[in-house]
Amino acid sequence: MKVSTVVRHLREGLKNVVRNGWMTFASVSSIVISLFILGVFLLLAMNVNNLASQIESQVEIRVYLQLNTDQAKINELKNAIGNIPEVKSVEFVSKDQGLELLRKSIGADGSELLEGYDSTNNPLPDSFTVEVFEPQKIAYAAKQIDAISKADETKPITSVKYGKGTVETLFKITNAVRNIGLVIVAGLGITAMFLISNTIKMTILARRREIGIMKLVGATNNFIRWPFFIEGALIGLMGSGFTIALLLFGYSRLVEVSQFELGLMMIKLVTLKEAGFFVSVLILGLGTLLGIWGSTLSVRKYLKV
Amino acid sequence: MIELQDIWKTYADGSHALRGVSVRIDRNEFVYLVGPSGAGKSTFMKLIYREEIPTKGQISVNGFNIGKLKPRKIPYVRRNIGVIFQDYRLLPKLTVYENIAFAMEVIEAPHRVIKKRTMEVLELVGLRGKHNSLPQQLSGGEQQRVAIARAIVNNPAVIVADEPTGNLDPETSWGIMNLLEEINFRGTTIIMATHNKEIVNTLRKRVIAIENGIIVRDEMRGEYGYES
Repeated sequence: MKVSTVVRHLREGLKNVVRNGWMTFASVSSIVISLFILGVFLLLAMNVNNLASQIESQVEIRVYLQLNTDQAKINELKNAIGNIPEVKSVEFVSKDQGLELLRKSIGADGSELLEGYDSTNNPLPDSFTVEVFEPQKIAYAAKQIDAISKADETKPITSVKYGKGTVETLFKITNAVRNIGLVIVAGLGITAMFLISNTIKMTILARRREIGIMKLVGATNNFIRWPFFIEGALIGLMGSGFTIALLLFGYSRLVEVSQFELGLMMIKLVTLKEAGFFVSVLILGLGTLLGIWGSTLSVRKYLKV
Repeated sequence: MIELQDIWKTYADGSHALRGVSVRIDRNEFVYLVGPSGAGKSTFMKLIYREEIPTKGQISVNGFNIGKLKPRKIPYVRRNIGVIFQDYRLLPKLTVYENIAFAMEVIEAPHRVIKKRTMEVLELVGLRGKHNSLPQQLSGGEQQRVAIARAIVNNPAVIVADEPTGNLDPETSWGIMNLLEEINFRGTTIIMATHNKEIVNTLRKRVIAIENGIIVRDEMRGEYGYES
């Protein structure tokens, strides 16, 4: 293709966007509306996923030791647990610390319950708090910790607890939430595709005559296709650009406004910085592709004559 | 230069538009195609610019076997055939200049050549001052002149005109006919379907009459032969 032809196609594509002002408006609007809805759900899904990860990461294993386990044994066990590949960290909680934590978690209302207990008559055993890399593998890690104790003839560990049952249910819920989010986002994506390609199809239907005349004067199919291709890309770019501006602005306001209230509930939203890039790239790519796809698909239909 | 050999054209609905048409049209001829509506005139012309392909028979234009043409090659054959319609078929959002220049952009002519040649044909059709107007701002006769300018801008060997004066008043029609004669005089073959008895009987040319898909008459300097 000659350089002058490339310039011509770019110029024509740009001109067509202006010439068919209302059609451009309709296409851009349909892109903005469908991608905006998609974007909102995407951000929602990201936050739900983030929240699920936060909850999951709070899951930990408690390893209780026999009373009066000596320091050497404690160190040995700590190393052994730390060597399990799934384990992220092992923290020793002495029985005194344990009592302190228990007091805190019961709070002022129940302080009488623990009255009279101090380091001399502390009924609690020493323990480890174990965190794992992947919360989903917690049961497996717990089993391995148990195995360490069983291999030892002194059986230094009395119990390994990780909220068996509760944790599994939690994972079931978070997984379900994630999958539902994914399905909704995918469904909206497909809907957006049809909506956009339909609008563009209509705008090109109105220009069937134009294509017919181009063919009549001897334009090759590629020659006809290029300006439409560029026009579609421009419409997609405009639509997704608009959507991104709308989404990012709206989301930054939301984060700002809700920061305090959600903070009280220990919920932290995904920051604009974390979400912005991914959402922008996805919507820009999707919008542009849809614009091009819609226009080339429709042109192809009329090129067959 | 244009040769049809035993051309049959049957449409998908089973109607026979042409039933064994054989004819030869030489370079620089001016041919009127006459006959009742639905006789097959439009099909005849569509076959020449390869909008339709014959069901049977051979057709060659400028040495190309039109029926066997690969789709990829069609645009290149069309560049040698200018087509004019009763309803002008201009691009409504392009100016007069752009409408004509478009036909040259398509063949990737250099910008300077496009400009020169477009102004040249605008001069020829008498619309030099109107190059910035949109089609809707022009009268019917002027729009048809633009369509003619577009058809001839690439110096085609053949012009196919389907009732070019069909929507015009008599006076404007004569203006268009003078223009077509001028173009024919400069060496372009013209095939024109028409229902205009006065024009055919006054501006005497070869007349081919088609009825029911068959050529019933073919005379040099013929007459219209129907009541209008």
